[in-house]
Amino acid sequence: MPAALTVADVRLSLGGRVVLDGLSLTAAPGEVTAVLGPNGAGKTTMIRCCTGLFTPDHGHIEVLGEAAGSPSANARIGLMPQAAGAWSGVKPAELLGYLASLYASPLRPADLIAALGIGSFANTPYRRLSGGQQQLVNLAGAIIGRPQLVFLDEPTAGLDPHARRQVWTLVGELRAAGVAVLLTTHAMDEAEQLADRVALLNAGRRVAAGTVAELTAEKGLEELFLELTTPGDTR
Amino acid sequence: MSALDLTPAAAPAPLQRRILRHALMETRLILRNSEQLLLALVIPLGLIAAGVLVGDRFGVAREPFVASVIALGLWSSGFTSPAITTAFERRYGVLERLVATPLRRADLLAGKATMIAALALGQAVVLVLAGLLLGWAPAPLLAQVLVTVAVVPLALVAFAGLALSLAGRASAELTLGLANLVYLLGAAGGLLVPVATFPAWARPLVGLLPTTALGETLRNLATGAFDPLPLLVVLVWAVAAVALARKVFRWIS
Repeated sequence: MPAALTVADVRLSLGGRVVLDGLSLTAAPGEVTAVLGPNGAGKTTMIRCCTGLFTPDHGHIEVLGEAAGSPSANARIGLMPQAAGAWSGVKPAELLGYLASLYASPLRPADLIAALGIGSFANTPYRRLSGGQQQLVNLAGAIIGRPQLVFLDEPTAGLDPHARRQVWTLVGELRAAGVAVLLTTHAMDEAEQLADRVALLNAGRRVAAGTVAELTAEKGLEELFLELTTPGDTR
Repeated sequence: MSALDLTPAAAPAPLQRRILRHALMETRLILRNSEQLLLALVIPLGLIAAGVLVGDRFGVAREPFVASVIALGLWSSGFTSPAITTAFERRYGVLERLVATPLRRADLLAGKATMIAALALGQAVVLVLAGLLLGWAPAPLLAQVLVTVAVVPLALVAFAGLALSLAGRASAELTLGLANLVYLLGAAGGLLVPVATFPAWARPLVGLLPTTALGETLRNLATGAFDPLPLLVVLVWAVAAVALARKVFRWIS
């Protein structure tokens, strides 16, 4: 089966600083690919390249068999951004109804609201939601169009353990349905729990890749992370 | 397990629906924003009422003044409101999110244009009706009506292009401050203040502003005068502003 996402030798500099430095990775349908790396390693920038917000200086990216950023590819992907991603005054039910209206065969917003436990705050303006509630709304927005490939940028950051497990379950269901899931995370246990494949990034480069079993054959994932990466940019 | 059918089936909705739903979404959010409503309706209505009821005591001519206030309202709908909302859309990652949907960039811009046109039309209807109810009696020439029909949309395009150029480059906070400042400068620069009241040396410069072109066009409409020159001014501004927006706009902040 062809890869849903191919990132090949991508280089990108922003403001004179090299952010992606020959990055390559793939994500396959029906698999969860976890991208790990310290802050500033290039995870979010890579996702922005995949949606066409940034154009690489070198290399190429293929999304669902098409050039990254092409309208046809962007219509078939889902994105859960790392921060916000919604108008401050919009209500979750309203936002999900709007996003659903952009697709021909979306999930029903009411079903998604029920499945993710959004009902109790579905009519609260986005700016008044807690960080965890905003994350759940963002996740719902990412999958409402029934994407073939979904990017989840730190999907469980700020979530309590209950909500976290709920997200893990949903990610498992996406995989079982044949969706290619690419998620970034700082939580090693999350990567171990969810990922079929892991790519470890450092300073815009992939420094390790493989299945969780392959990578953890000799040492734990966190130990490997600490060994292969340098402290990130936490500004 | 949830009961969701997550089997991939992503396909875009028809083009018209995407644009219309985006326009509706933006319109609802604007109408919920009290600051935007203040600029779009409350201030213009207050000015019209004050101008019509007590303006003559201060030497304010009713017919051109109401027309000027309508121009001011259109300025807020075409420039101030889109600048501020778009800047915060960038800030909050709304545009970044929408890129990964079937809403193409052209759809998003068409949705914004539809929203601006709908707001401007609704606003113009309210302000004209309020003026007429208070005794405003414009005396338009047919030729100037035709000029106005062309100038108003072109002015809105020019304003929106300038708004996107500002919002697509500056931070949300800077855009908020500058958009409100520019709103006041525009009010003074030809919208509320007729070009004839400026010193002779400043008139050619002020006359080339898109705000002046709109203000003069509506004042001419109200007073029975005819002047097609503003049409050329807003046409040039519309083309230049759209070109500038295309060049400088960034989707993320």
